[in-house]
Amino acid sequence: MSVNESDVVTTAEGAAWEPKIVAFLCNWCSYAGADLAGVSRIKYPANVRIIRVPCSSRVNPQFVFRAFERGADGVLVAGCHPGDCHYVTGNYYTRRRLTLFKRLLEYVGFEPERFIVRWVSASEGQRFAETVKEMVDGLKHLGPQKRVSRV
Amino acid sequence: MKIGYYPGCSLESSAKEYDRATRLVARHLGIQLYDLNDWNCCGATAAHSTDHFLAAALPARNLMIAEEMGLNVTVPCAACYQRLRLAHRELTENEATAREIAELLGRPYQGKVRIYSLLETIAGIGLDQLAAQVVRPLKELKVACYYGCLLVRPPGTGCDDPENPRLMDELLLAAKAEVLDWGYKNECCGASLVFSERRLALRLIRNILRNAVDAGATSIACACPLCQTNLDTRQGQVNKEFGTSFAIPIFYFPQLLGLAMGLYPQDLGLGKHFIDPQRAIKAVGG
Amino acid sequence: MPRIGVFVCWCGSNIGGVLDCPAIAQEAASFPGVVYSTEYKYVCSDPGQKLIVDAVKEHRLERVVVASCSPRLHEETFRQVLRRSGLNPYFFEMANLREHCSWVHPDTTVREQAQRKAVDLVRRAVAKAARLEPLFPGKIPVVRRCLVIGGGIAGIQTALDVADAGLEVLLVEREPTIGGNMVKLDKTFPTLDCSACISTPKMVAVAQHPNIRLYTYAQVEEVTGYIGNFKARIRQKARYVDHSKCNGCGTCWTRCPVTVPDDFNLGLGERGAIYIPFPQAVPNKPVIDLEHCRRSTRGKCGACAKLCPTGAIDYEQKDEFVDVEVGAIIVATGYGLFPWEKVYGEYGYGRFRDVITGLMFERMVNASGPTGGKIQRPSSGKEPKTVVFIQCVGSRDEARGKEYCSRFCCMYTAKHAHQILEKIPGSEVYVFYIDVRTFGKGYEEFYRRVRDEGAVYIRGRVSKVYQDGSKLIVRGADTLLGEQVEIAADMVVLATGAVPAAGAADVARMIGIPQDKDGFFQEAHPKLRPVETHTGGVYLAGTCQGPKDIPDTVSQASGAAAKVCGLLLRDELETNPLVSKVNEALCTGCLACQPVCPYRAIQPVTITERLPGQPPRERVVARVNEGLCQGCGACTVACRAGAIDLKGFTNKQLIAEVDALCL
Repeated sequence: MSVNESDVVTTAEGAAWEPKIVAFLCNWCSYAGADLAGVSRIKYPANVRIIRVPCSSRVNPQFVFRAFERGADGVLVAGCHPGDCHYVTGNYYTRRRLTLFKRLLEYVGFEPERFIVRWVSASEGQRFAETVKEMVDGLKHLGPQKRVSRV
Repeated sequence: MKIGYYPGCSLESSAKEYDRATRLVARHLGIQLYDLNDWNCCGATAAHSTDHFLAAALPARNLMIAEEMGLNVTVPCAACYQRLRLAHRELTENEATAREIAELLGRPYQGKVRIYSLLETIAGIGLDQLAAQVVRPLKELKVACYYGCLLVRPPGTGCDDPENPRLMDELLLAAKAEVLDWGYKNECCGASLVFSERRLALRLIRNILRNAVDAGATSIACACPLCQTNLDTRQGQVNKEFGTSFAIPIFYFPQLLGLAMGLYPQDLGLGKHFIDPQRAIKAVGG
Repeated sequence: MPRIGVFVCWCGSNIGGVLDCPAIAQEAASFPGVVYSTEYKYVCSDPGQKLIVDAVKEHRLERVVVASCSPRLHEETFRQVLRRSGLNPYFFEMANLREHCSWVHPDTTVREQAQRKAVDLVRRAVAKAARLEPLFPGKIPVVRRCLVIGGGIAGIQTALDVADAGLEVLLVEREPTIGGNMVKLDKTFPTLDCSACISTPKMVAVAQHPNIRLYTYAQVEEVTGYIGNFKARIRQKARYVDHSKCNGCGTCWTRCPVTVPDDFNLGLGERGAIYIPFPQAVPNKPVIDLEHCRRSTRGKCGACAKLCPTGAIDYEQKDEFVDVEVGAIIVATGYGLFPWEKVYGEYGYGRFRDVITGLMFERMVNASGPTGGKIQRPSSGKEPKTVVFIQCVGSRDEARGKEYCSRFCCMYTAKHAHQILEKIPGSEVYVFYIDVRTFGKGYEEFYRRVRDEGAVYIRGRVSKVYQDGSKLIVRGADTLLGEQVEIAADMVVLATGAVPAAGAADVARMIGIPQDKDGFFQEAHPKLRPVETHTGGVYLAGTCQGPKDIPDTVSQASGAAAKVCGLLLRDELETNPLVSKVNEALCTGCLACQPVCPYRAIQPVTITERLPGQPPRERVVARVNEGLCQGCGACTVACRAGAIDLKGFTNKQLIAEVDALCL
């Protein structure tokens, strides 16, 4: 056999494993960007599940950790580009908080690909789709997240 | 500056003077040319009109040689330049072809080699540097810089703007020549049609010559052995076919740079032209 | 656990063609709290809405989940349905199965995955719905004043309409005159009525309207606040002429010793350093272009100051700022021309003087333009006999320009062709085109007439324009004949496409309007909300939203005005109830939340705490001013005690959503 068996992760049911991504998108830019990807019919992998928040600054690092605990393989937080926040300064807090939090995650052994913070504007449907694609590729390479997953 | 040198077949035969002028000018400007060891024909134009794989594999071998020598490569011939650039693109962007070629040639290509036209290489030393070497300003020379089609096309692989290339103009301006703005600097000279569509090719040549002369040119500078041969050797046929009386010398641009730097005309291969360039050379005091 | 109803929408085939809606509804029925679950072709339609109202009654539903399109589209629609059903409108949650699922995962190869995702999304919505609380909006007063940014025909029309309705309007224009691009045009297609004759009276009407305050040579620099209550800062640029003293006599601008290329005439003419852009400018009073003024470049001159009979010249004038409060904003910043010189090498990169743009042609053929209406070659001043028009320069050209159609170029080119043929006897006109698009009323008839007058239409692109002696050789393809054509022309006119006006990105950022991929402002819905934006109280008029001709621009401007009237003629607005709230029992008074609030909505207050068995004591807690809070939720994350929560996006709700998705 040419394929190394350990390369192919399968679920208990035997289907090929698919990573699960929880995405927190701000209502004004990134959620609209994901809507635009839909309106423009830009295809991307079906691994992402979106939660709408008013602003990326609403995302408490606890939510991210909770997702990992519950078995998410990756978490995406997306908001308006710095300087373009609907709430003027919200995403600056996001940037600071989540940069620190990402470092903490990496410190405790998370691969950097598992937690992504990305700026996606309402006109960047393509960028949203690419971000998801990129994340799914990265996570497929890493395999399931087992570090804190309780499932 | 050290750089690999890929002369190509024409510069070993019909365009020997291009080769000589290039080497002399390069030496004068402190550009060290290293001939690629055991280089082979780039395949133009026969290969790519019959076999795409071969058209990539032939220049690929030269690129691999340059890579092994650890050098970038400069190419005086426009056709060779285009073939090498396209092969580089194919090898770096198309994995399947790259693998097949690596298998065929027994070595991989990492894609490290940068391919420069001779124009870029000389411009790379700096126009000020070049101007500082000029001892015999080409003041009386009204020259139309002719780029042809292969040097600047297709967009993205050419060495300059495909619609309004300026590199050669800049170099000759540094040599104090009077360069002219004209409309045919990037038109096809019809070299590849000469045998199959003779009249059409002659018409293309006539158009170029006419446009240059109308713009006031007393000479044309070019950077391609086929363009030069075509425009130089067929002026008689053009005159016969269309009842014109063109007698405009066609230079390789390093020949003109060499003249400006005070090199001897015969060393630059200026005795090899069909259309006698003596008047033009005398005009600049050469 | 509240009783939840789930309604899965097919959206015709948009969702139903990809996802198995009955299966989703069936699976949703088993989610905790769900007592009723169904599917329907169009839940947003009248029978669909009735379905919800009836189900609420019949099944005593307390929360409603609709799984359909984006909440950005129909959340408000369904909240109203809940209101009609007697439920608190905020007992509603949506799952976005269309934009986030069926439209992006349509392939049969991922059908199963998409179906699973859809079920997850509904589970998330149900989990949130189970934790929703009733919310009640407050009321705020509305400032009955409208800010219009941009004084082209769109801004003029919209300002007049709003002002005629009895509301106050502030019209801000960055150029020294209002009028925009329209006033530069000569005649308008297809009726050939003179553009100035129909637009200058409107300009005057703006200046004289008692309800309109006009700021020219001014820019809006800052916008804060929200629908009904915006604050804007306007920079009045220094004109170096005191307009309260100036009587517009014209002595100064006729006697200025400086000449500079005239931007109003796109460089075809000249003006002085003190100037009015054109004779019918509004206001008809000059400004000084200090960059070119001899007094500032050479230190001496002062001719205008000496000549001015009213002493209006003031070289020391400074920019001034005006702070205003408005209830609504209409953005009408218009368009600019595609910068063709940078990319179209085949047309000469702007090197050939006789290659001009359509707008330059308008100025040239305009009786009040730099040539007095004489069509002439810029190079020689001679009358051109052969003129070539090239269509779609920058439009419909993915490789070099923009993908979209600029919509008005076909018609203005037809009009130009007509003008050449009419004004220059024996002239020849050639038009290179891709397709001729004549969608408007009377447009096709006009185009046909121009062809009958002798304009030669050649279907194909131009590959090269070059100078040959005094002629321009235009080489192109005639794709209908399959031939190459070469035309020796005297002048080439490019139909340059429209792009957003310079500075559009700054306006977008300042006000918070998303831009589309080409930089035009994004309307709230391409079909049903074409003049609104996703920012409440901000509306769009004219070409800032996308290329359009004058009739469409004016219609949209009037549409925006109607929307603003609808908003501002109300006595008060409901406030957004999705704001932060402090649980004072948990708050430690650390006030870490205070500095993160962008609206300064959080202030410390002292409360008296009475705990059983203890004497009352005073302590400091944070309090949110609900009138100021906009509901971003930044404070909730800053709170160490977990005392602040955001209504509608509570910690409990969000965590339940996470859990539901990870199941």
